[in-house]
Amino acid sequence: MANTPADLKYTSSHEWIRVESDGTLTIGVTDHAQEALGDVVFLELPEPGRRVAAGEAIAVIESVKAASDIYAPVTGEVIAANQAVVDAPESVNADAYANWLFRIRPESADLGKVIDAAAYEALVANA
Amino acid sequence: MSTDNKPALRTPLHPNHVAAGARLVDFAGWDMPVNYGSQIEEHHAVRRDAGMFDVSHMLSVDLDGADATRFLRGLLANDVAKLHEPGKALYSCMLNERGGVIDDLIVYRFSDAEYRLVVNAGTADGDVAWMRKRIASTSANVTLQPRRDLAMIAVQGPNAIEKAARAIPELNTSRGLPGVFQAARVGDLLVAHTGYTGEDGLEIAIPASRVGAVWDALLAAGVKPCGLGARDTLRLEAGMNLYGQDMDENTSPLDAGLAWTIDQKDAERDFVGKAALAAHADKRKLLGLILEGKGVLRAHMKVVSAHGDGETTSGSFSPTLERSIAFARLPAQAVPGEAVEVDIRGKLVAARTVKLPFVRNGKALV
Repeated sequence: MANTPADLKYTSSHEWIRVESDGTLTIGVTDHAQEALGDVVFLELPEPGRRVAAGEAIAVIESVKAASDIYAPVTGEVIAANQAVVDAPESVNADAYANWLFRIRPESADLGKVIDAAAYEALVANA
Repeated sequence: MSTDNKPALRTPLHPNHVAAGARLVDFAGWDMPVNYGSQIEEHHAVRRDAGMFDVSHMLSVDLDGADATRFLRGLLANDVAKLHEPGKALYSCMLNERGGVIDDLIVYRFSDAEYRLVVNAGTADGDVAWMRKRIASTSANVTLQPRRDLAMIAVQGPNAIEKAARAIPELNTSRGLPGVFQAARVGDLLVAHTGYTGEDGLEIAIPASRVGAVWDALLAAGVKPCGLGARDTLRLEAGMNLYGQDMDENTSPLDAGLAWTIDQKDAERDFVGKAALAAHADKRKLLGLILEGKGVLRAHMKVVSAHGDGETTSGSFSPTLERSIAFARLPAQAVPGEAVEVDIRGKLVAARTVKLPFVRNGKALV
């Protein structure tokens, strides 16, 4: 059974979002997503400094099975990418929440279409 | 996720898969394990120790009768006449009149009047219909018997045979272990020394009523359950084609790296597709690709070579080589050792052509 921490926000495209105390967002893929993908073998992350729009495909995660896009949940600027997961993609399978992918400084405090843990669990259960 | 409304078919091992924590997916209408946790660990288990696959979705077909040899010599592109010892196996394509591949299969010869074919799951119904039509049109004295009463387990890996012998008493009898690419009937089993992984191992046909107990005995002997995910990366490393992906009804075996399976030695022998093969121009070559840049190769990516464009037919991450590999259908002038570029989602990434296979008996060959 996939794990869905209650203190995080989620997207319907299976990203998790942690709102940091300075208002920046730390983003990764959910435990459900890593389970569905299977063994992760490759990640391509956005360059820090890149301006991204909500809903834009900005990263790629590839498992042995398939490639999937990862979307920017909000409009803003990429301020960090996690090189450690690029070097060890399997760490996403080991712990999808400890191994974040990138950080974004959002343009607005309104996060738009993100959902809470209960809504994400319901979405996954009905998938 | 079946694409139609038919309920998913289940093999007799379905409860064993559920008990082992399998992640089940649809494969050709069958509910099959894709992995039991980590596909990469399952892959390594087969390369380094012993793994087992439920391949009961594949269909055994018995072909018996006075005309069986003559019939198969006309049906298959490879020639069963070269099978002399009883139980000897042959890999062959079954072609249509256009020289396209209806299916690839293994045929075992027990005598001139007794054969067994093992065909792919997705093509099984069509294969049986095609063979029945051929039996009628050639008035062959042959009976065809699909054997859905049989399940099948493939036990593969350097320790596969030793562990299987601990689990299955019949394997310890004097005739219990057939030679390589040969099969033996032992009790109610058909034990074949064949596989689809590039490792030593067995493919064992077992009555459906007994297969669950055999699976559990293999599990107790330390054989790791492996899913279709690992089966795919193992066969890819081993340079073995997958029907529906690397060839199909519209692909000539000559363009799919399968020229070695077409036996033309007996000029007198006619077989379905022979004339189309002789007329086949604009030949393509199947080579391996190793990705040198970043990313993962997948099927149907464009390959840019010095000789013109080609296309990947299968691609994935190779757990043994720890880099991405693929099969590519390229212009006939292409040779191993050339630099090419692959279009990975709009970016041209460097790759190199290599001779297949990539891996055999646990060792990287590239």
